[in-house]
Amino acid sequence: MIVVLSVTGDVLLARAMKQVGDVGALWRRQGLPLVASRVLRNPYFFLGLLAMSLAFFSLLFGLSWGDVSLVAPASASLSFVANAVAAKFFLHERVDRRRWLAALFVGAGVLLLAA
Amino acid sequence: MTPRKYLVLAGVALLGPIGDSLLSRGMRQSGGISPHQIHSVVLSVLNPWVAAGIFLLLGFFASYVTALSWADLTYVLPATSLGYVVLALIARFLLHEQISLGRWLGILLISLGVGFVASGPELTQHPALESSKEPAADTVASGVER
Repeated sequence: MIVVLSVTGDVLLARAMKQVGDVGALWRRQGLPLVASRVLRNPYFFLGLLAMSLAFFSLLFGLSWGDVSLVAPASASLSFVANAVAAKFFLHERVDRRRWLAALFVGAGVLLLAA
Repeated sequence: MTPRKYLVLAGVALLGPIGDSLLSRGMRQSGGISPHQIHSVVLSVLNPWVAAGIFLLLGFFASYVTALSWADLTYVLPATSLGYVVLALIARFLLHEQISLGRWLGILLISLGVGFVASGPELTQHPALESSKEPAADTVASGVER
């Protein structure tokens, strides 16, 4: 549940920001207020934010019945792998072997580091 | 990749974990909070550690969203996980904490993973999007279908 919500949030935010475009370039061309209003007017941005806050609260909930040293690292490391899958199917990113390996290695590494 | 972009990625990598640890330190100072005293959660914002943590996490979110505007999600997430490694090294060399063999192995795995993504391109090139991205960027980009 935590993983699903946080991945949903990440994917929606990523989609929102790809629609907005390169923030640095936009900032130079149009100034900060316009960039900010453009981000804030994007519906995906708010859906992503909502999903991320739900993920945060479900993490708090998970921590209240589970062991901190298990729940937090397990959900963090699963998110890396699940994000790679979701980015491939929903964002159509080209997830090549290099990126699969990266997601798996980082996921395993985070688990080892935090456990 | 320009130096400025590396700076943004470094911001994502460092501000997130540091902000989290500040929050955790501050919340531990204020003690356990039970569900029927929700108002004390609001008051905990007054704790300087918590306030600093929230400030850093806001900075983290801004850099994260900025990075996502020019790089793939599957690039940003692994690349910025280097922050965990930096925190562990800080714990080892500045705070003189012991790091177990398992943790060193974790550090090694994360660094390898970061090396894998960093050696590739940061953004998937979508032919259809590329052609419409630049000219449409200031007018109708929110309607661009991907």
